[in-house]
Amino acid sequence: MSVTPQDVEKVALLARLAISESDLPEVTERFSRVLNLVDELNTIDTESVTPMSNPHDMEQRLRPDIVTRDDNRKALMASAPAQEQGYFLVPKVID
Amino acid sequence: MAENALLTAPVSKLKQLLGDRTVSSEELTKAYLAQIAAENASLNAVVTVCAEEALASAREADAQIARGTTRSLTGIPLLHKDIFCTEGVRTTCGSRMLESFVPAYDATVVTKMKAEGAVMLGKCNMDEFAMGSSNETSFFGPVKNPWDLSCVPGGSSGGSAAALASGMAPLVTGTDTGGSIRQPASLCGVTGLKPTYGRVSRLGIIAFASSLDQAGPMARTAEDCALALTAMSGIDPGDSTSADISVPDFHSALSTDVNGLRIGLPREYFNDDLDSRVRENVMAALAELERAGAILHDIDLPHSHYAIATYYVIAPAEASANLARYDGVRFGYRCDAPADLEDLYQRSRSEGFGEEVQRRILVGTYALSAGFYDAYFNKAQQVRRVITEDFQRAFEQVDVIAGPAAPGVAFPFGSKQQDPIAMYMEDIYTLAVNLAGLPGLSTPAGLIDGMPVGLQLIGKPFDEQTILNAAFRLQNDTDWHLACPDLASLSS
Repeated sequence: MSVTPQDVEKVALLARLAISESDLPEVTERFSRVLNLVDELNTIDTESVTPMSNPHDMEQRLRPDIVTRDDNRKALMASAPAQEQGYFLVPKVID
Repeated sequence: MAENALLTAPVSKLKQLLGDRTVSSEELTKAYLAQIAAENASLNAVVTVCAEEALASAREADAQIARGTTRSLTGIPLLHKDIFCTEGVRTTCGSRMLESFVPAYDATVVTKMKAEGAVMLGKCNMDEFAMGSSNETSFFGPVKNPWDLSCVPGGSSGGSAAALASGMAPLVTGTDTGGSIRQPASLCGVTGLKPTYGRVSRLGIIAFASSLDQAGPMARTAEDCALALTAMSGIDPGDSTSADISVPDFHSALSTDVNGLRIGLPREYFNDDLDSRVRENVMAALAELERAGAILHDIDLPHSHYAIATYYVIAPAEASANLARYDGVRFGYRCDAPADLEDLYQRSRSEGFGEEVQRRILVGTYALSAGFYDAYFNKAQQVRRVITEDFQRAFEQVDVIAGPAAPGVAFPFGSKQQDPIAMYMEDIYTLAVNLAGLPGLSTPAGLIDGMPVGLQLIGKPFDEQTILNAAFRLQNDTDWHLACPDLASLSS
C-alpha cells in the first residue's frame, strides 16, 4: 500500500513530528516502501488466531503500591531543559 | 603477560590472573583505558569514558581480592552499551535527544554487574535508540569495524562489539530487539547472547520495543557469556515482565557433552537465498558439533518469511508509544525559541531524533492509528503467534535450532543506508527469535576473506544452558573464537 504526502502529514501531526516541505517527497517514498514490505501480512489467514502481545503469554504482575525509592525530585528535575521554581517551564498555553 | 595478550584474554583467564595476584584490577583497568585512549579515535566505539570512577572501583576490587571477599566479576572491567541508565553518568542512547541526559538511577543490569564487582570503564556507541544494523544511525557518528575500518561493525550494539573485538574491554553489554547483539557479534567475531525474553530485567534500559527488548552479554567466549548471564539475570520487582523463574548458575553448569544433542536446521534458513560462503562456514561449524556427537536434522519453520513484515509493524508500533515521552519538556533535547507548545513538541522531536527513528515513529503511529489498527498491529500480533508456534513445533523434535546469525559479513559504510529495506534484511535470521521470545547466541564460525561470520544457535524458552553448552563445546574443539583483528594496525 502506498501513502500520499497528505497521509504522511497527518501521521506526522499525530506523532508530533515536523516534516519540512522539501523532505516530504522522500519521507513519503520511504514510508511507502516500508508499508509495501509489511503488506505481506495480508497473504496469511489468521482468522482464528489470538493476537500475541507477550511471547510467553505471561500476565503482567502487579506489585504493592508503596514507595520504594527515596525522594529524588532534585536529581530528576536536573534533567529538565527549562524550569522555574521547581516546575517544568513551557511556552504560554493559556492567554 | 604481554600487554596485547592481556587485552585479548577472556574473563575466565583474567579472573585467574586476579586471583593469583599476577595482575591487579587497577593494572587491568589502566591497560583497557589506555587501549580505549589509543584506538577510540579511529573506531569511535566508546562515547563516554569513566576513567576516575573506574580506577576507584578497581582499587576497591583489589582491596576485596586482598580480603578474600570476591564475587563472580570482582575487578573485571566492562563497558555498557549506552542504552543502560547509569546514575550520574551521561546516557545518550546514541541520540541527540539524550545528548546531555544524566540518569538519576542505574539500570538493574548495571546494579547487578556492579554488585558482582565489575568495574565500569564507560559507555559504548550504538545505533540511535537501538534502531539500525550498522551503527550508522548514531548521532555520535558511525563505529568502525576493527577487522576493516571501511566496514560497519553491525548494530545496534556495534560499539559494544567493536570495543570488545579491539581489546578495549574483556566484557561488554548489549541489547537485542531484533538481532542487535547477535548480528554485530557475528560481524565483529565475538560471542554474543540474547537471553530469553524476561530472563533479564529491562528496568533502566531505554525502551525501544518493550515486548521484544532483551539485554545480554558479549564476550570472547561462551564461558564468559555464561558467567555474565548468571550475574545479570533474575526477576526484578521493577520490571513486571521479568520472569519469575529460577536462575541456574550457567557457568558451573557448563558442559562439553553434546552427545545426542538434536540440532535442527530450518530449510527456510538454508535455502538458495543464503550466501554460499556463509553456508559453507556455518555448515563447517555444525560438522564440528556433529563430530562431537550432535545429530543434525532438517526442520521446517514454514512462516519464517513473515518475520520481517511482522517485526516491522510490532517494533515501530511499540517504539512510537515508548518514544512519545520525548516531548522537550521534562528531559532531553528542546528546540530553540519555540513559538508555542505545539511548535515545542514538533521541533524538539524532529531536531532531536534522526531519520531512521522518525521513520519508525511514523510507521508505528500509522499502524496504531484509527482505521489501521486491525489491519496492521492486530494482524502482526496474530502472525507473531503463528511464527512462535512454528518454533514450538520444531522444539518437539530438536533441542537446538541452528542457522547463520547474519546474511553476510560486515559491509562497507553507506552501502545499505539509502535503502531502509536492504538494511532491515540484515536481521532476517534473527528477528523471529525476538518475536518468539527465545534465547539465541552467535558464536564465531571462521572468516570469509578475512572477515568474521557467526553461527547462530537458538534454544527453547529459558534454556540458555543448552545453547551455551553447544557453543562451549564448539569453542573447545575449534579456535575460531580466538581470531582477533590486527590490533597493532588499528591506529596506524
